[in-house]
Amino acid sequence: MKQMIRVDARGDQCPVPVIKTKKALQELGGAGSVEVHVDNEIAVQNLEKMASVKQLSCHSEKLAERDYRVVITAGEPEAPAKEAEQGRTAEVCGPDRQNRTVVAISSALMGTGNEELGKVLLKGFLYALAQSETLPSAVLFYNGGVQLTTADSESLEDLKELEGQGVEILSCGTCLSYYELTGQLMVGEVTNMYTILEKLQEADKIIKP
Amino acid sequence: MDENIVFCKGGGCTAKLGPGALSRMLDKLPRKQDENLLIGFDSSDDAAVYRLREDLAIVQTLDFFPPMVEDPYTFGQIAAANALSDIYAMGGEVKTALNIVCFPEHYDLNILGKILQGGSEKVQEAGGILAGGHSIFDTDVKYGLSVTGVIHPDRIYANNGAQPGDRLILTKPLGVGIVTTADRVGEASVEAMEQAVASMSTLNKYAAERMKAYAVHGCTDVTGFGLLGHLAEMTGKGRGAVLYGEQIPYIPEARGYAEEFLITAAGQRNRNYLGDRVEFLREDFPLEEILYDPQTSGGLLIALPPAEAESLLAELQTLPISSAIIGEITADRKLVIK
Repeated sequence: MKQMIRVDARGDQCPVPVIKTKKALQELGGAGSVEVHVDNEIAVQNLEKMASVKQLSCHSEKLAERDYRVVITAGEPEAPAKEAEQGRTAEVCGPDRQNRTVVAISSALMGTGNEELGKVLLKGFLYALAQSETLPSAVLFYNGGVQLTTADSESLEDLKELEGQGVEILSCGTCLSYYELTGQLMVGEVTNMYTILEKLQEADKIIKP
Repeated sequence: MDENIVFCKGGGCTAKLGPGALSRMLDKLPRKQDENLLIGFDSSDDAAVYRLREDLAIVQTLDFFPPMVEDPYTFGQIAAANALSDIYAMGGEVKTALNIVCFPEHYDLNILGKILQGGSEKVQEAGGILAGGHSIFDTDVKYGLSVTGVIHPDRIYANNGAQPGDRLILTKPLGVGIVTTADRVGEASVEAMEQAVASMSTLNKYAAERMKAYAVHGCTDVTGFGLLGHLAEMTGKGRGAVLYGEQIPYIPEARGYAEEFLITAAGQRNRNYLGDRVEFLREDFPLEEILYDPQTSGGLLIALPPAEAESLLAELQTLPISSAIIGEITADRKLVIK
């Protein structure tokens, strides 16, 4: 059973709650969690800030007028912080993913002209995307594009790499069905036109190679 | 001190109310229209300025707070320097001051004596007269001054006249709140505290004197709302600024203390209030904290045209505490840190 240390920092002025929590985290010496009670919201925010900078997962709730409970967990793959007041979300180690860029792959080919070349180009594009420092939040595959996420694709490794970094890989269900590729999806999830539309609408930037 | 009293609980300007809460309340107060009130609470300025004659206006201000250092005499000096600062930020001349004192009934009165001595010597250094004051019993120690100064109505440095392209000069290093907070939990080095105390107890008078020959567009003193908070007041709704992260002066140890999260509640309130008006282009958490850190008796933040800024900076560098050009005013609303 994982260790849990309780800290009562009610009545303490900043930075004492943070200091007590830091000490408790050190005492844990590895996996476990620290449950801190503070009596004001600012202390909660300072604790969340610390958790975020240390890349630890952190959850908080208000129990009563002057009783807030903050739980900081160490030694786990951390979850994004629920309360991101300062726009500082706890990030999984990896390249920047806070942008809302969406890549739309609408064909198995990149560009118009020679088909062989088109396949090679798209493969190269997905490879470069997987190596890129700035990752999109999602890659959408529809019409001919679903050939890249299914059994015979030469880009599965790259797409799995992207998925591992938290990028959504979404393939249109209707298209998979049309090309008789249902059940042959090798990476990511099946999606529908509503989701595709939503992703495109919410995106700050849409890349269509 | 012989008594085992908790003299210093985290005072100074870290004890201020948050800016958001304050402005909401102030907006609701009734206001009388008087054209002689040259500066009031409309412009988030440091003091009130009231015209008596064509060539004469009075500047009125007050500041008081709990201790941020253990030594009572030093506390008195710092509290007084902090209160007097508003007069200099306006471009005025100190004339009189009155003590504001809260003191627990059972404490040794010698402590109060030392606080008052520190305060009175600082007022004297400012060229003013300490003419009395008011004291009450309270659960905690608090001290400060109400200060009156004079100024020519045409020569007031409002804090919101800055123009795009103006350079920003800061006359004292930041990080004082963080260092005194670290000290309160026993983590500050002797050198860091010495620097903090020297900065807090230095009058802005000397910097203000050198400013007089220049076409200053805006000036404020950096105190409880941190550099970014006071910069936001100075730029108001129609202007913004770009700060050069490398140029911002701060007590070196403050960076390490910020990395250890020895930070204040007030700093977080300042951060909350400014929200996304502030944009950090560099990933530097300690610097962020330093820029939100409430300063007690901080330096002057001056906005003036580039050529003038270089000359003024040269003159300011003859003073014991270094100044620096830390950025410039822009026409965009954002406060950007490069």
